Amino acid sequence: MARFEYLEAHTVRQALSMYRRHAPNVRYVAGSTDFLIRSRMGNWNPEYVVNIQHIPALQRTSFSRRNGLRLGALTTVQTLQDHESVQTHYPALAAAAASFAGVQVRNLATVGGNICNASPAGDTLPALLAFNAQCLSTGPEQGEQRSTALDEFFTGPGRTVLEPGELLTEIRLPRPEPNTGSLYIKHSPRGAMDIATVGVASAVTLAADRRTCKDVRIGLGAVAPTPIRAYAAEGILRGNEITPESLAACAEEARNTASPIDDVRGSAVYRKEIVGVLTLRTLERAVEMARDGTMAFETQRRLAVQAAF
Amino acid sequence: MKRHLNLTVNSEPRQILVEPYYSLLDMLRDELHLTGTKKGCDEGDCGACTVLLNGVPVTSCLVLAHSAHDAEVTTVEGLATREGLHPVQQAFAEYGGLQCGFCTPGLIMSAVGLLEKNFDPTEEEVRYAIGGNLCRCTGYTKVVQAIMAAAEQARP
Ligand SMILES: Cc1cc2nc3c(=O)[nH]c(=O)nc-3n(C[C@H](O)[C@H](O)[C@H](O)COP(=O)(O)OP(=O)(O)OC[C@H]3O[C@@H](n4cnc5c(N)ncnc54)[C@H](O)[C@@H]3O)c2cc1C
Ligand code: FES
Ligand code: FES
Repeated sequence: MARFEYLEAHTVRQALSMYRRHAPNVRYVAGSTDFLIRSRMGNWNPEYVVNIQHIPALQRTSFSRRNGLRLGALTTVQTLQDHESVQTHYPALAAAAASFAGVQVRNLATVGGNICNASPAGDTLPALLAFNAQCLSTGPEQGEQRSTALDEFFTGPGRTVLEPGELLTEIRLPRPEPNTGSLYIKHSPRGAMDIATVGVASAVTLAADRRTCKDVRIGLGAVAPTPIRAYAAEGILRGNEITPESLAACAEEARNTASPIDDVRGSAVYRKEIVGVLTLRTLERAVEMARDGTMAFETQRRLAVQAAF
Repeated sequence: MKRHLNLTVNSEPRQILVEPYYSLLDMLRDELHLTGTKKGCDEGDCGACTVLLNGVPVTSCLVLAHSAHDAEVTTVEGLATREGLHPVQQAFAEYGGLQCGFCTPGLIMSAVGLLEKNFDPTEEEVRYAIGGNLCRCTGYTKVVQAIMAAAEQARP
């Protein structure tokens, strides 16, 4: 059994100073769902863990039409799934949460942990990218704060821009635009408790004529060293009329943007193919939602996982 | 070094000496000898270690014991009362929702967690709620029937 000392912080400042005191043989833990696995596998062997789970300032979640959504880093994945404002205004994020593990892990896993763990297959990440999430963090030395676009947050598999000891505190999603729809679809071998072979989130905003694409953002998971935005694909649709042809062209470009690898869950060729399919499906559903208002959460949940078996 | 941990387990306040690196699962089994909660994988995948932590189901192998200070933990041992089995336990027995029984405490805790949130679940909701519990014996059909029956019984 991996051994370590346990420290618990109750404020951000306390967490930073505990980390400083024991650096570099120290690691933060939040829900500990990634940490305990890696620790038991022998990949992570800190002498000290600083548990940040009981810091009230990181637990707050709020929504307003003016300021959008603010998620404390400790917001659990289950809260994302159940939160009415997330279901209503950021449906792709609620769908992503619904596709995530099982309820026992969702009740522990935090959104901050999903971001900091920086897995290319992290399920909340394509949706957060599609909503232009901003990451607020507090630096380890003077407690200086900075805000980084999620799009610039990941530097490689398991790597982020955070300095050692820097704490992710809050994730901000801009206010929802009217006439917007969004969906995340995860493709994996099993329908529950599996890691994404490919995950795609699309958010579409229609112009007042309800035919022109005013804005579109597409996040891709598990098809590159980090979760990525499909910028070139978005460019094909933005400002143009939504037609079966324009949607297909956009999906085809997303397919070309993906640079996946072969692994046990699927070959690179297969993954690229699936990116095209899921991009088209998420776009079509997003357009439907943007036109007709909402889609029942039960329906979204059903759509969110498309398993091979 | 072992340190004191205060929490409530099955409605009883406890003070326990626990190693800093222990999981809630190891604490329940090794220190409190509550071996109803099972260790199948120790990786969060099988759900055999499911308990309620402050009322919601969690895989106790993924929880640091010391992080659960001041919490309320319910294990399968905490369900039955003087009057008899919990309705979910009763239904598992009646409907044959178990064979070898290894997954059963975890499945029962997931079902109890579901019914606390949703007392009128559809079959689809039941299957979704036990997505994090593996059973190698039953094929789940009778498990789902048992949970549906327990829900019906528990409805006001
Ligand atoms: C059985 C199982 C199933 C899973 N299924 C899925 C799935 O379907 N989809 C998916 O995406 N993931 C899945 N995961 C992975 C994991 O649950 C998620 O990545 C989760 O969001 C991690 O959050 P956490 O709070 O548990 O992180 P922790 O394990 O506590 O921390 C993870 C890492 O992030 C760092 N960290 C955490 N919070 C902060 C912070 N605020 N500031 C700075 N650093 C921080 C920690 O130091 C650590 O390095 C699964 C894991 C298990 C065990
Ligand atoms: S022992 Fe915890 S999930 Fe398997
Ligand atoms: S009854 Fe044997 S594993 Fe479920």
